[in-house]
Amino acid sequence: MSEHIKSEHVMSSKMYYGIWAALMCLTVVTAAVSFVDLGPLNTIVALVIATFKALLVVLFFMHVKYTSEKMTKAVIVSAIFWLFILLALSLADYTTRLLS
Amino acid sequence: MSDSPGAVETQKPELLHHFSSAEQQRDASTFGMWLFLATEIMFFGGMFCAYLIYRYWYYNEFAAGSRSINIWLGTINTAVLICSSLTVALGVRAAQMGKRKLLVTLLLITMVFGVAFLGIKGVEWYQKFEEHHIPGNSFNVDDIIHDYPQIHIDPQHEQIFFSLYFAMTGLHALHMVIGLGIFTFLTYKAWKGVYSPSYYTPVEVGGLYWHFVDIVWIYLFPLLYLIDRKPLR
Repeated sequence: MSEHIKSEHVMSSKMYYGIWAALMCLTVVTAAVSFVDLGPLNTIVALVIATFKALLVVLFFMHVKYTSEKMTKAVIVSAIFWLFILLALSLADYTTRLLS
Repeated sequence: MSDSPGAVETQKPELLHHFSSAEQQRDASTFGMWLFLATEIMFFGGMFCAYLIYRYWYYNEFAAGSRSINIWLGTINTAVLICSSLTVALGVRAAQMGKRKLLVTLLLITMVFGVAFLGIKGVEWYQKFEEHHIPGNSFNVDDIIHDYPQIHIDPQHEQIFFSLYFAMTGLHALHMVIGLGIFTFLTYKAWKGVYSPSYYTPVEVGGLYWHFVDIVWIYLFPLLYLIDRKPLR
């Protein structure tokens, strides 16, 4: 048990530059795709790209992929779940009302 | 290295007495930050919920309002924030490896990106101010109604879109200003040589905050700027 302080996983800088390049490309793609008429798919494509970008930031820039603290993932999943409850139940109300 | 764990820990002034190891202290701090970020998701969540409801009700006004916002400035600002997230991530890495000068440099570059973001945001808001698109007494969207004769636009509903636009980008900008304050503090401490490979938690935790604010913008960009950019029929 003579272990010194266990240091966190240090990612290579190449990895960070790769993630950055992917995020920049996706930004250009999402702006460009918005000018193409995909019907109702436009919003879905924009949100899927945004979620993928957010995932890259959370997993790599925020080190969630390599964290030693397992509760972090539980906090993130529950936070997103609470947000889902807020949005889903509110919309269940407002989208079924008749506007007079 | 041959010291007993207790002896190693007592040499570390940054280790608080109620933690048994530096690793436990770091994990607790990072976890606490994630809990705070969970409350931030709910904080912004209320606005996203309001946005969703009004966008569902007044889609035409939201689409026309979105078209009137400068997409180039929005895209450039997204790129600026992504670059700042890269310099934050590289800064945390520099702290992990004990490179003090590199850490200070990267923190300063991050703040330059942050200020650039707010400057571009200011230009964007100023354009809206000149166009009378800021909700209030002088709110006027006759130019938008004139630009899109094929869409029925109610000025009152258009005002709701711009209220949400300014509230959401404003709350985000406030977070950027707070982030700049945190990074000023981190830069000062890093310059003083407080951080080392065994103690860099404030840099990591401050970085988590910065990345979170970046993620909020990653969602605000398509939701406010890209609602409907396709050619009108």
